[in-house]
Amino acid sequence: MKRRSARTRVASGEPTTVVVLRLYVAGGAPNSLQAIANLESICAEYLKDGHRLEIVDVLEEPRRAMADGVLVTPSLTKLSPVPVAQVIGNLSDRPRVLHALGIRSHGH
Amino acid sequence: MFALQCLVNAAKHHQAAGIFVAFEESPSQIQENSAAFDWGLARIPARKLFLLDAHLSASLVATGGFDLTGLLAMLAEKKQEIDAQWIVFDGIDVLLNLLQDPHAEMRELYRLRDWLAGNALTAIVTVKEVDGSPEVAHCGFLQFMVDCVVRVNRRQEERLAVRTLQITKYRGSGFAGAEFPLSFGASGIEVGGSGPVDLVQKAPSEKLSAGFPRLDAMLGGGVFRGSSTLITGVPGTAKTTLSGKFLEAACGRGERSLLVSFDESPDQIMRNLSSVGIELQKHVRSGMLTMVSLRTEGIGPEEHLLRISALIRENRPRCMVIDPLTAVAKSGHLGVARSVASRLVAMIKRSEVTLLVTALCETEGPEGESTELQISTIADTWIHLSYLVRSGERNRALTIVKSRGTSHSSQVRELVLAGSGPSLADVYTAGGEVLMGTLRWQREAEESAGKLRQVAQFQLKLRELEFAEASTSAQIAALQKELERQRAEWTLYSCERDVQAESTVLQEGELRKRRGADPAQAGPRKGANGVAR
Repeated sequence: MKRRSARTRVASGEPTTVVVLRLYVAGGAPNSLQAIANLESICAEYLKDGHRLEIVDVLEEPRRAMADGVLVTPSLTKLSPVPVAQVIGNLSDRPRVLHALGIRSHGH
Repeated sequence: MFALQCLVNAAKHHQAAGIFVAFEESPSQIQENSAAFDWGLARIPARKLFLLDAHLSASLVATGGFDLTGLLAMLAEKKQEIDAQWIVFDGIDVLLNLLQDPHAEMRELYRLRDWLAGNALTAIVTVKEVDGSPEVAHCGFLQFMVDCVVRVNRRQEERLAVRTLQITKYRGSGFAGAEFPLSFGASGIEVGGSGPVDLVQKAPSEKLSAGFPRLDAMLGGGVFRGSSTLITGVPGTAKTTLSGKFLEAACGRGERSLLVSFDESPDQIMRNLSSVGIELQKHVRSGMLTMVSLRTEGIGPEEHLLRISALIRENRPRCMVIDPLTAVAKSGHLGVARSVASRLVAMIKRSEVTLLVTALCETEGPEGESTELQISTIADTWIHLSYLVRSGERNRALTIVKSRGTSHSSQVRELVLAGSGPSLADVYTAGGEVLMGTLRWQREAEESAGKLRQVAQFQLKLRELEFAEASTSAQIAALQKELERQRAEWTLYSCERDVQAESTVLQEGELRKRRGADPAQAGPRKGANGVAR
């Protein structure tokens, strides 16, 4: 599969709080691929203004994942702003993901 | 806990490293919980036993499907690193429940199985049960997947918590499928199995003193080493005293001994025994004797069994007393208590410990006991103590009901407790009744008086005979003297006759001469009617 780890995307400009996310995936497992797609779509829609996303492939960096306390894949961690949040699964339930990440969805 | 103990044992005794994946508790919680056991979990290095904190935080949100691929990749890495041979997934149901999809759960379990097979790991997976049915919908499936299923159960039984362990599946093994009691001891989980099916134990022919010489004589020299002796009796029949005597004898021989009593402190027992001359204090101080008192209230028979077996392992005694064994039946089912009693005796026999147990019976006569715990069938020697009440007195009687492999006395003896210790006295049977206590004393006094009288009579007779003999000899002497006197008289008389005769002849001659008329030669003719000489 294509390597996606440590890919950072920072939107330019506005001095709003930058959301730092890290997504742990397991190679090309279906749930992992789905999670990446879902997350990228969420970021594009809601976090245009400022976010950093790092994707870690557990199959390639198992020690790091273990040190970070990752259990299952895919697993998304919001490192900042506090509180730290953790979401597991393929992120298909968008409202729950947004709620967990503390992002207000459109129309609220 | 079961799984953790397996890993600890693997790490400590088999030098095999293991990984513990804890889904329910954090490593620090696990270490705290196991601190009560003598595992020294904190001292086991992480390269031998790695605790992976996999407990899910409360704030965790699950959205959509996930899989174990990542976790397994991490564990594979760790396995390589520490060369683990064991792995535990503790409470995997917590994680699987998050999937909320039976198919996904099954898929992940398959993934797990393949991964385990690929990595050549021995795994223990724990899953919770609620009301006898597994929480995970696929436990049934899980049971087909695994090689061995161990069910740990806890239930309420006659106000007692009963924990059991049962092997319900073990591929390629003729396993014991019964439900075995389980309890927590100093070194973790203890399982009260009934031991091997075949009884293989040595039968030493060495005999040990059962306490004091007279009892040994009754038992045909004492009890065999490694045998079990049962003492039964109603309260107060000196069962404890006899067991104290047995322990004193054992300590005196320099053998490590153990006394397990119930609901009575060791100090009390020692004080009470010292009143009958049994001094155990010095043996306790020298470490030869260990006295342990257990509480009976709220503790089930199975737990007692496990505690006592732990005590035997710790102390390694050669002689042991359980006083009274019937205390294990105080709480819980009688059926369980029976099984426990027989297993306990069997277990102690296997460890080649010479055992003496006492059993309290509520009814007079040894038959009462045999129905209660039924231990009499497995005991090698059975001594029964009873009271005999007669003429306003209560006396203790000792009978040997059975003693396997020895020629024992079948006589009833009276057990006398004195300041110098217990002893056995002969009993008298008079008119079909056994005499004891004061009656026995009276009888003894009578008998000794009778003996005295006999001796006196004999002496008297002897004297009489002596006297008769003496008087006869005296008579013989007197007659002898008489004889001598008579002889002397005879001699005298005959002398006189001679003299007389002579003088007569002379006189006649003289007379003739004087007359001068008759010839002198006519004298001898006339003398023919005199003495012929």
